Amino acid sequence: MVHGEIWTLKELFVYPNEYIYWSIQIVMYPFMTGLVAGAFVLSSLYHVFGIKELKEMARFALVFSFALLFAAPMPIVLHLQHPFRGINVFMTPHFTSAIAAFGIVFFAYGAIVASELWFLYRKHFVEVALPLKEKKDKGLFEWIKFLVFCSLTLGVYDLSEESLKRDEKAIKVLAGIGIPVACFLHGYAGFIFGSVKANALWMTPLMPVIFIMSAIVSGIALCMLTYIIVMEVRKIKIKSLRKPWRSVRLDSEMSQEDVKGAEISVIKITAKYLLLFMIFAITLELLDLVFRGYTAVKHWDILRTVIYQKDFTNIFLLQYTFGNLIPFVLFLIPGLTIRRAIIGLVLAMMGVFMMRWNVVIGGQAFSLTLSGYMEYIMPIVPRDWETFKEGLGGAVSIFVMPFVLFWIMARIFPVFNAEEKPAAH
Amino acid sequence: MISRRDFIKYSLQGIAVIAVPLTAIEIINPSKLFASKGAKKIRWGFLVDTEKCVGCGFCVKACQNENEIPYDINASRTWVERYVLTKDGKVLADSPKAGRDGFITGRIELGQGKYQDIKNEDIEKAFFVPKLCNQCENPPCVQVCPVGATYQTEDGVVLVDRKWCIGCGYCIMACPYGVRFFHPVYHAAEKCNFCYHRITKGLKTACVQACPFGARLIGNINDPNDEVGRIIRTERVSVLKDEFGTKPQVYYRGLSKEVR
Repeated sequence: MVHGEIWTLKELFVYPNEYIYWSIQIVMYPFMTGLVAGAFVLSSLYHVFGIKELKEMARFALVFSFALLFAAPMPIVLHLQHPFRGINVFMTPHFTSAIAAFGIVFFAYGAIVASELWFLYRKHFVEVALPLKEKKDKGLFEWIKFLVFCSLTLGVYDLSEESLKRDEKAIKVLAGIGIPVACFLHGYAGFIFGSVKANALWMTPLMPVIFIMSAIVSGIALCMLTYIIVMEVRKIKIKSLRKPWRSVRLDSEMSQEDVKGAEISVIKITAKYLLLFMIFAITLELLDLVFRGYTAVKHWDILRTVIYQKDFTNIFLLQYTFGNLIPFVLFLIPGLTIRRAIIGLVLAMMGVFMMRWNVVIGGQAFSLTLSGYMEYIMPIVPRDWETFKEGLGGAVSIFVMPFVLFWIMARIFPVFNAEEKPAAH
Repeated sequence: MISRRDFIKYSLQGIAVIAVPLTAIEIINPSKLFASKGAKKIRWGFLVDTEKCVGCGFCVKACQNENEIPYDINASRTWVERYVLTKDGKVLADSPKAGRDGFITGRIELGQGKYQDIKNEDIEKAFFVPKLCNQCENPPCVQVCPVGATYQTEDGVVLVDRKWCIGCGYCIMACPYGVRFFHPVYHAAEKCNFCYHRITKGLKTACVQACPFGARLIGNINDPNDEVGRIIRTERVSVLKDEFGTKPQVYYRGLSKEVR
């Protein structure tokens, strides 16, 4: 069986070699890089533009962006027919290809995020490493912790006020450089699609910009959502420790303030930015649609049947109505509550995911003959490795990966200023 | 102890020494040298005479045998399309099994196991169009390959290195003619290469040799005595989808506007 045949349904006149070659993993690829870019831009709003209300969110978003960064190239690797040859891109990069520079852009961006994180957490590393260094009888766990944090300090233990000030400056510069690089990383993903002249739906110079805007929407939404979940879980955890029947006393400095969940003021401010970028994204997408309809070139006939008939539910119902309009209204109604925010955020993220789906799968929904259609039947129950990785299982694994990484990373980079220390004495 | 000045000096000298042989290789590039030696560069071109094609599918079978394409897969390096225009103005087209088994009934394949029967008296006109890789002068597949596994030879044929292809599928997406697919055994991008192993030895391609009606011809279009070149220069021929700017090198005689 040819690759793609198993999940492709053909209708009317389609060339014999045409199948849905780019499946769910290629939907996940721009979705995940979008989250990376969005999370980084959110963190930079505080570091570069000094939006004070986002201070708490900024650290969180940066660590999350770093966790997402590792998951971002995974969809591509999983989608390759020869995953182990992926390294060839670095050995013989063919720079006329939009994918060839991905590794370079990706690692450049990774280096920026990693250095920014280092400057941000340098003080913390030293504060953890120093007492452990002096401690004589270290247990095994303490040894590991010491080695990890000692290496993370990179041998710099200077915590003078002057050096900390310099750190802050470095963070600001890195975050500043990071914004265009993050946009480039993602705009670049848009370019990969937008530059395919053979595909009538993809080929538009607006594609990279649309991708960036919706990326920021999804990144902000995911950060807000995770922030709410983490804060609420923390609240529940601490509250349960406070129960009178527990023989646990909390530190005296653990005031009422620390125990409260997600702050609605933070959510409200962040939601404003979410809405702003959502407006940009929708405007550009509609402009693209209107322009295509108005100019109505050769391929418009088939595009119209795909957009208004075949993919109507995916585009107009799931993407525009549930993914854009409803969250938009939910956030605009005054008196935003955490619960309402959660619903809005989940819907907004789904909207962005559907946008990726409608671009990647929708772009392959019609044949190059312009007189036939193809439908992608996503493999739900895997039959073999291929149907797993290019089906629901592969997509879910990729989506879960950054959360697991974030959980691990949060052990090294504490995301909240007031550390969770329910000291059990 | 080496001083900083000396360290930089020696490093630069080292780089210069390493760089010299590399430049030498670039100056005497063997392939360029070889190409420049010939009187005039070879440019392989293909001519399809749609008036002569009867849709027997021999070309498809011959191609599959010649190029290690498993017999029963639903993809092919070359294929034959059937176009049927009915008296009520409908255009129907299909290419079941790439046209491998010929078109022996009047049933048009509509996909998903559905067919439409067309009576002979309802047909206004009908014809066959063989398709293959256009070996474009400006190939989008070569442009988008991230690792350079697909490349254009000096004589204009686009080849794929099965051992270097990572299988990203970008070339498949970039080809406006839909000629590419993944080889089910090698899992690398696959397409027609004008039987490069044959034409470079003076043989015809498998499909040209198999065609009983002379609907397919291959030749060096730069050669003034070549038949294919002569027809392209002196007769009325057209190419497929020239709006993409790919400059295809497969020329068609008798192409109808319905052809996709």
